[in-house]
Amino acid sequence: MYHSYWFQLLIVLLTLNIVVCSIDRLSTTWKIVSIKKPPFILSRFKNNADNEYFDDSRSAEQLKDIYEPFVSKGFGYIRTEQTDNGYSIFAEKWRWTRLGVYGVHLSIILLLIGSLIGSFFGFDGYVNIPEGEVVNSIRIHNPERTQSLDFGILCEDFNVTYYDSGTPKEFRSSLAIIEQGKPVYKKDIVVNDPLRYKGINIFQSSFGPLPPKEVTLSFTSRKTGEVFKKKVVVGQPIDVPENGGKFVLKDYVNSYKFRGQPIGEAFTGILTHNDGSSAGIVLSLRFPDFNRMQKGDMVVSVAEYAQRYYTGLQVTKDPGVWGVYSGFILLIIGCYITFFMSHQRLCINIEKKGKKCSVMVSGTANKNKFGMQNKIKRISEKLIDLKHRS
Amino acid sequence: MNSSLLLSITTFIYGFAAILYIAFWIFKKPLPGRLATWTAIIGAVCNLSGLIMRWVESYSLGIAHAPLSNLYESMVFFSLTIIIVYLVIERKYKNRVIGAFTTPIAFLAMAYASLNPNISDRIQPLLPALKSNWLIAHVMTCFVGYSAFAIAFGISCMYLFKQKDTEGKSSLLAHFPNARILDELNHQMIMFGFLFLTIGIITGSVWANSAWGRYWGWDPKETWSLITWFIYATVLHARMMRGWSGKRIAYLSILGFMAVLFTYFGVNYLPGLHSYGTS
Repeated sequence: MYHSYWFQLLIVLLTLNIVVCSIDRLSTTWKIVSIKKPPFILSRFKNNADNEYFDDSRSAEQLKDIYEPFVSKGFGYIRTEQTDNGYSIFAEKWRWTRLGVYGVHLSIILLLIGSLIGSFFGFDGYVNIPEGEVVNSIRIHNPERTQSLDFGILCEDFNVTYYDSGTPKEFRSSLAIIEQGKPVYKKDIVVNDPLRYKGINIFQSSFGPLPPKEVTLSFTSRKTGEVFKKKVVVGQPIDVPENGGKFVLKDYVNSYKFRGQPIGEAFTGILTHNDGSSAGIVLSLRFPDFNRMQKGDMVVSVAEYAQRYYTGLQVTKDPGVWGVYSGFILLIIGCYITFFMSHQRLCINIEKKGKKCSVMVSGTANKNKFGMQNKIKRISEKLIDLKHRS
Repeated sequence: MNSSLLLSITTFIYGFAAILYIAFWIFKKPLPGRLATWTAIIGAVCNLSGLIMRWVESYSLGIAHAPLSNLYESMVFFSLTIIIVYLVIERKYKNRVIGAFTTPIAFLAMAYASLNPNISDRIQPLLPALKSNWLIAHVMTCFVGYSAFAIAFGISCMYLFKQKDTEGKSSLLAHFPNARILDELNHQMIMFGFLFLTIGIITGSVWANSAWGRYWGWDPKETWSLITWFIYATVLHARMMRGWSGKRIAYLSILGFMAVLFTYFGVNYLPGLHSYGTS
């Protein structure tokens, strides 16, 4: 959708930038993530400021056997090492979440690739189709050109409904896809419900009135008050009753201005009298009385006409949408992993101190250190609780 | 009792809650603090009931739609999410002073929505373009994001006050959470808001593609939401990659919230699909 070359160049540069930066960092992260046997350094945990400590009267072996199953419930990886005077239980989880940020970057690249594919191989155009007519090509802006389609679009019918306040409530086009002269697919479309056919999407976008082809006019005689009704086709002259000359319906105007005042839809016509003089006549559709202001023996006004509409469709093709959508999904998942999941490491050190054991609970996380601190407190409380129950 | 009345009452309850939180902060007595929390909860219940009633009323008017369709409704929802997110933080971090800096935002939003004569609180029929279930997902996620950013803004202001007073002289700042927690909380809120803003932009984009055949149209609101997104992405990168924290992050967070405000209000004066906000 972004067709200017400098913009496409910027997108390519941004893509390259993200790729280069990610690859540059990925090699370091990958070394950390791909480790099979995570290293644990007890002294580092011991230096941690937020450690929790408590004492227990049972033996180190007993405590180890109680803690191990508890820890393995919450952590994917667990390893116990014997120390000089006790045990160290190490555990960790979510090491892979360090890769989350690359998921986010990959998603941006997918988005950009998708949008580039769309801008090179897709289009976004408009077409107005009068009711009952078929089109085979659409208009594209920027740069202005015509795009032909492999099929025809027939607008069988168009309807618009309004709220009481006069704003449109719904507009609906009954469309049919025409291939080799036959309708192959039919669908009614409204604003949020498009028609999709062979990679082309057809959306309801706008509508507008069309000049009626045929109008029933009424001619009222000023002398007798008699009313004559006649069907008139635009552009074809007719005889005015009571030998009043000839009348031609010329034009349909969407918003006619009379002395600067808009009076809405109107027809214009020319009345030619028998003596050869002629007068222009405006037939307002909204204000029938407007026509009484005409001079002459006959008052002409519009009695009936069938309102015709054209439907305004937006026709698009975007073969890059899959890239954009998969980018969207990956972006949400990646952001969640990056922001709310962290690589967490836990260390429980059991040390014999005379008859008692001293227990240290320590933990680190690569993100959300405050949250990890709380978690260590909670784990420590639970371990104390385990002690009392057993 | 109709929804408009209930929502007007909500405005006053929020105003009262804000005063109580500020009183708690200044006088450091536990009673106004506890009262403030309960007032805020009652306010949120009224706010939510008001929105639900409005939804029901729209059915009886025959123009059924979720109450998320114009500026008035969006601001009412915005206030509700600010209060709810704040109450969660209050519970988690056990500090009520933050309320003195966040509940006034919710009150101001409600008051602006109710009292500004240019904002109609009538239930209006939906334009054909807005008739879609994506409307609910899009507006809700965007406003949860906006309210997280609003709270991050309040917390950033607190941080900037707090860090000036390193020796702990000011008694007004004594009950603030310590600077490290404020900094962390600011970061948490930005991440939370960023995730929801991302989902909000994405749902809007998917909706646009299903309604108009383009997922991105450089509508002023879209462009500004992208600018906002970039600002917060910068904040996150500065913190995670460059190790920025404290003052610089607080200023960036305030800048980000200014962009949110412009995306929300400023853009309404530019033409586009989102010009719902003008009425």
